[in-house]
This record gives sequence, C-alpha cells and structure tokens, in this order.
Amino acid sequence: MEKFVTHTGTAVPLRRSNVDTDQIIPAVYLKRVTKSGFEDGLFGAWRNDPEFILNNDAFKNGTILVAGVDFGTGSSREHAVWALQNYGFKVVISSRFADIFRGNSQKAGLLTVILPQESVEEIWNTVEASPATSLTVNLESKTVTMGEKSYSFEIDDYTRWRLMEGLDDIGLTLKKIDAVTTFEGSRPSYKVKTLPVLS
Amino acid sequence: MGKTLAEQIWADHVVASAQGEPDLLYIDLHLIHEVTSPQAFDGLRLAGRPVRRPDLTIATEDHNVPTTNIDQPIADPVSKLQVDTLRKNCAEFGVRIHSLGDAEQGIVHVVGPQLGLTQPGMTIVCGDSHTSTHGAFGALAFGIGTSEVEHVLATQTLPLKPFKTMAINVNGTLKEGVTSKDIILAIIAKIGTGGGQGYVLEYRGSAITPLSMEGRMTICNMSIEAGARAGLIAPDEKTFAYIKDKPHAPQGADWDAAVEYWRGLTTDADAKFDVEIEINADELEPFVTWGTNPGQGLPLNASVPNPADISDPEERGAAERALTYMGLTAGTPLKEIKVDTVFLGSCTNGRIEDLRAAADILKGKKISPSLRLLVVPGSARVRLQAESEGLDKVFRDAGAEWRNAGCSMCLGMNPDQLAVGERSASTSNRNFEGRQGKGGRTHLVSPLVAAATAIRGTLSSPADL
Ligand code: SF4
Repeated sequence: MEKFVTHTGTAVPLRRSNVDTDQIIPAVYLKRVTKSGFEDGLFGAWRNDPEFILNNDAFKNGTILVAGVDFGTGSSREHAVWALQNYGFKVVISSRFADIFRGNSQKAGLLTVILPQESVEEIWNTVEASPATSLTVNLESKTVTMGEKSYSFEIDDYTRWRLMEGLDDIGLTLKKIDAVTTFEGSRPSYKVKTLPVLS
Repeated sequence: MGKTLAEQIWADHVVASAQGEPDLLYIDLHLIHEVTSPQAFDGLRLAGRPVRRPDLTIATEDHNVPTTNIDQPIADPVSKLQVDTLRKNCAEFGVRIHSLGDAEQGIVHVVGPQLGLTQPGMTIVCGDSHTSTHGAFGALAFGIGTSEVEHVLATQTLPLKPFKTMAINVNGTLKEGVTSKDIILAIIAKIGTGGGQGYVLEYRGSAITPLSMEGRMTICNMSIEAGARAGLIAPDEKTFAYIKDKPHAPQGADWDAAVEYWRGLTTDADAKFDVEIEINADELEPFVTWGTNPGQGLPLNASVPNPADISDPEERGAAERALTYMGLTAGTPLKEIKVDTVFLGSCTNGRIEDLRAAADILKGKKISPSLRLLVVPGSARVRLQAESEGLDKVFRDAGAEWRNAGCSMCLGMNPDQLAVGERSASTSNRNFEGRQGKGGRTHLVSPLVAAATAIRGTLSSPADL
C-alpha cells in the first residue's frame, strides 16, 4: 500500500447524496479478476450524460472527490474503491460515508475525509466558481486547506498511522499469530467445520 | 452492567486487544463467492500465504451464474472467467466449493443456513453486504471488502473496532398479509438508509418471536439497507429446531454443549443499547418502495409522494430525482402502477417458505398477460424441495418462468436483467438506479405482494384479488 501523508490537487464537486456503490461501479463491471482497469466503469451509468461532472473538461483531472452525504452505501464491493483509485482519485470528502465503504477505502489507501456539510457546501461553491482551486489534504495535521481556509477533520490515530506508514493489515496481524493459535486451541469442539463435506 | 447479545458474541471472539488499536476478532465461518474473492486469492498467491483454515471456509457460485441451460458452459466469457477463477482458486487452496449443477450450489446466504453451517453465537463474514442475513440465528454476521477477505483467508481474524448497538423493538401483532419484508421496509423508511450506520441492529419484541427462521432471515438480510453493520435476533427453540436436522449440526455430546451455550445468548436485562427504537406491528401494512433507495417506501395503499411536501432539502432533491428516474408522477396511487416484470427470488426472499407463500396465491390462477414472472429459487436445494412439493408446476401453470438457483435479477450480473425503462416488482433488497439492469425501475415488495401483482398486473396485495 502506498504511504499517504499529504496530497495536493483539484477537486470534483459531486452534488449528489446517497451515491451507492452500484452507482460508483455498476455490477456489469465487476467481472474482472484484477484490481485494475475499473476506471472506465466509474459512475458508469452517468458517464454517458454530457452534463455529468466528470465530462466537464474543467474537472477532468481532479483528484479529490467532494461528494454529498451518505457516499458509498449499498454493496460491500471494494471495486468501488479501486474504481475511484484507478480513475485517479486520492481523497474523497463527504459529510458521511457508509461504513463498509469507509473500511474498504482505509484498507486500500484511499483517504476518506469527513467534514461537516457546511464545509462541503463551501468547497462545492468555491470549486464550482473556480475549478482550478487547489486543495491540500494533510493527514499529518488532519486538515484540508483551500486558499485561506483550513478545515480540520478527525480520524483515529491507528488508521492514520497505518495510512501514513502504508502498512498492510495482514502483515500487522501475522505479528500476533501466536495469539491466534492460542485462541484456536480454546475453541469448543462443537464449533462448526466446513470440512469434511457432510450431506 | 450487562452486555447486549452483540457485545457478548464480540467478547467471546476477541483474540487480542490493546489500547488505541482495533480488537483482533476471530472468525468462525468465512463464506466466499466468485465476485469479491479473485483479488484476495491473488494477494495470497503473491505473498506466498496459504489459507489458514480451509475447514472454516466455503465457496459457492451465485452472483454470475446463468439460471437457464446450466448444463452448458457459461456464455458470457467474462462471467465464465470469474467462475473458473473461483474454481481454480478453491482447488489450489483446498477450499470446499459448491459449483453450478451441485445440489448445494446457490446464493451464499441461503446455502450457509441450509447446510447448518450458520449457528448461534458465531462470527460469520463474507465479501457481500447481505451477510447480515445470518444474524437471524443469533450470529454476528457482516459483510466485508476484498482486502478483508484476504485478511480472513490468511489469518482467520479481522482487526475491527466494536460496533455500536441499537435495539429495534417490534411489538404487537401483524395483520393478515403483512410479512417480515414489510416490517423491515417500514423500519428502513423510518430510520433511513443511513440510520443504522455503525450499529448492529437487534430485532426484538412480540412481533419478531413468532416469525419463522426464513422470516427472521428476511429482516436481518435488509439491515444493511438501513446502513447497519449487522442484524441480530436472539436464538430460541425455533432456531435450535431449525439447525437440528441439518448436515453440519453438532452431534451427540457436542449438540448438548452447543445448545447450552446457545441458550445463554441473550441480551442481559441490565444491558444498555446505544439507541432503542419502537415499531408498532399492529399498524403495519404491506409496504412497497416508490424510489431509488430502500428507505423510499410507503404502505401499498398510499400514493406516490409529492417532493414539494418534503421539508429536508437533501431528501426533497433525492425524491425529485427518484421520481424522474422511476417515471412516476406525484399523487398516483401506488396500486395503479403497472409493472412489466415480477422477480421472485434473492437472498431476501428466495427460500422455500417464500416460494410456498407465493405459490399459494398463484395456485389455479394465471399471471397477467402484460408481464413476465421470473421465479428463481435461492439455492439448488430450495429448487429441488419446491419441485418435490409440486410448486414448480403451480408457477409454470400460472405462466411463470421456473429457473435455476442464483442471484439472478437481484443484481443483473447474469443475463437476467430489466431493459431500459422496464419496471419490476421485486422481492430482492435493492432498488438502486440500474440495479436490475441499466435504466430498469425496481419496486421492492414481499413475496405475497409479488404474487398478487403478477396476477393483477399492477402493484397489489393479496387482499385485492
Ligand atoms: S441475491 Fe442479491 S443481495 Fe443476495 S447475495 Fe445475491 S446479489 Fe447479493
């Protein structure tokens, strides 16, 4: 996983609430067996609409998605995170994320920043008026800065440390694998097993 | 202070915990399917890691599989590649798999309970958000992403922060024709699609206890549509009886020990939930969604709402967009909405009881000539059971298509899709834009409403027949 300390880029204002994962990446695009190549499916159903924000040249190269409330609801597909990353997004800002989506993004190194709805509105208004506005998201100081403005956000220390170090969860857990083995030794014998196959 | 059921199961599975870090939670059962696993197996292969506990892992093919001509190779080459990849991965890593054509193949959340692999007090995960279904047995069951699938494959654990707890007390008596699907649609309409975020919802009360295991699964299944991590119903004698004759039920002394443990799985009287919500079952009616998220639902007797009446600007905007997408006009009685396709199936309502309930209504009747009815059993076992009871004949005689098991039109990854502008009444769980096919319009309903709608051609309840 790539380390995330700070990122500077332009923003894409997505004025929609409840953008579910079927909108982020429709099911027909989920057939790939790799983690790459999902960028074409990102917001698949909306991309044909010339009015859609990503079809506006001014916002084409944005790397920070600023979305409405309840972003990422619905299915657990991590493909939604990959699609955003494959397209080039490094950060998503919203006033509320669906739990599984947020968890997935933190595993995959896509930073999800929660800001109050007023701040989201402020960013929307600013970047809609001048799309070239540059934003800096700093995980070290837990701030988003836009010109003179600075917004702070919360993120738990553990996740922040993992993202900043680019640490993979599996590696961290394998350091504690002895505790897992001990725990397994204490599991009661009635606990279910899938093998051997009974019928 | 006592513990809620969710907190108790959590505590029983903590392998390691440290200040400022997530708990490391042991996972009792890991369910796998073709869509969210290929990248996880790939990760293992790259790192040279084995599957730690193949004996706590099971795979089935469901999302991508065709529901017709299953004896022939899958026609769509990309779907075929995904299914073949799952088969190859399972063979390589020693994971049990139920493939197309096998009696135990089917939707992952139907297969677990039917094999008796889903038991009270377990932690169960799957790379699928509707894993919450298994909570009906008093198991802590939740959906995970592909990185987490890889984590569980490699370590049989997950680092997680404890979930918050919410009690949903549903008291009273359901009216005739009102089902568990209507309870959950009413709950989501009340608390919203984000209302359960971060919580495990424990459903309790005098309207929950009488529900069958299938009915309980339907409720827990849709917990995720309220944004929740999981749904939970305390196990009782009905739960134990359901498990007892299943292939993977504990045997002999293990059975007795298991039941003793299971009996203790209740929320302590002095436990405190973070939030409690009351629902009056006496007032519930058959429910149907009119919009493009599962929270946009109303009793079937109501009319399409007028966005102008909604005060919250976010919600008003969402309602306006939903009505445009759905092609509906405010004020139209929901019962006058004509549908083109009725879909009976999915992990929400594709179990034997659901098929029986729908067949009961369709018996001796014909579906409206203006629509098609697709009946897709949740698993091959459900299909066999239904055929042994003659339900397939009831459906066929009524004019329905009787299909093989899979997710099918619930998400339209296989060829079972709505066409642009086509409208469905669907017993599945999601009415998102394009969920059942690009441009398709979905109304979520119970199996009873689905059957009545198939006969009348417009959204209807059995009472309208
Ligand atoms: S039936 Fe639908 S909701 Fe259930 S697992 Fe399949 S796609 Fe997901």
